Amino acid sequence: MKICEIQKLLNATLLCGEEALEHDVFSACCSDMMSDVLAYVKDQGVLITGLINPQVIRTASMMDMVCVVFVRSKAPTEEMIELAEACGIVLMKSDMRAYEACGHLYTSGLRGNAGKIHG
Amino acid sequence: MGEVLKFHFDVDGENFSSAGEASVVVKKKLRQLGFSPDIMRRVSIAMYEGEINMVIHADGGTADVTVDDNEITIVLKDRGPGIPDVSLAMQEGYSTACDNIRSLGFGAGMGLPNMKKYTDFMQIDSEVGVGTTVTMKIKLN
Repeated sequence: MKICEIQKLLNATLLCGEEALEHDVFSACCSDMMSDVLAYVKDQGVLITGLINPQVIRTASMMDMVCVVFVRSKAPTEEMIELAEACGIVLMKSDMRAYEACGHLYTSGLRGNAGKIHG
Repeated sequence: MGEVLKFHFDVDGENFSSAGEASVVVKKKLRQLGFSPDIMRRVSIAMYEGEINMVIHADGGTADVTVDDNEITIVLKDRGPGIPDVSLAMQEGYSTACDNIRSLGFGAGMGLPNMKKYTDFMQIDSEVGVGTTVTMKIKLN
């Protein structure tokens, strides 16, 4: 799925990373616990979260993610946007709740690696 | 490569926002040196988890990264409270982090097990009241 399709499906506002909107992503994950993202996520390109602090961007960067979607109308700080720009990560925000956002993406074909836990 | 590269960082324990900056720099350096995405990811995740731990539990410390032809070594040293029971701390889900840290997205008790998972060698030397040194190695061959 192209990142621009994610933006459309979630009716999201783009915050940075316009140049990467045509890039393809193949899976996504959703969590407000960055500890769990670091422990369980593997090869997921998109992070859906309602957590706001700079460590969200650093975690995404460490995991080689290319897009972070903030749900529940949460808006990242200017510092987070600058950090994401420096890391080449697309940021967007949506009014949807996490469950709803995941449902839209999942039913449109963006899966989460078949629910495998990489422990 | 031939030569041994060394990087030193002071990890600021006062500022949660800046935690992880050293790991970002190391990942960038490894990319410039041409390491594979897998090696870059393993090194940076292990170091990032360690940095977060130092900020959460130990008021900061130092991080030293050495790159040679055979392996990448990360040494994280703090003068924090120390770990009374290392084997307990290594259990997935065990955490002494406060609720405030959980509200920031960390403190799920996955940090140390994750550091072990992503590295080929990990040793924890800790003394209560003195501090903790974590040594991790990632083999390159």
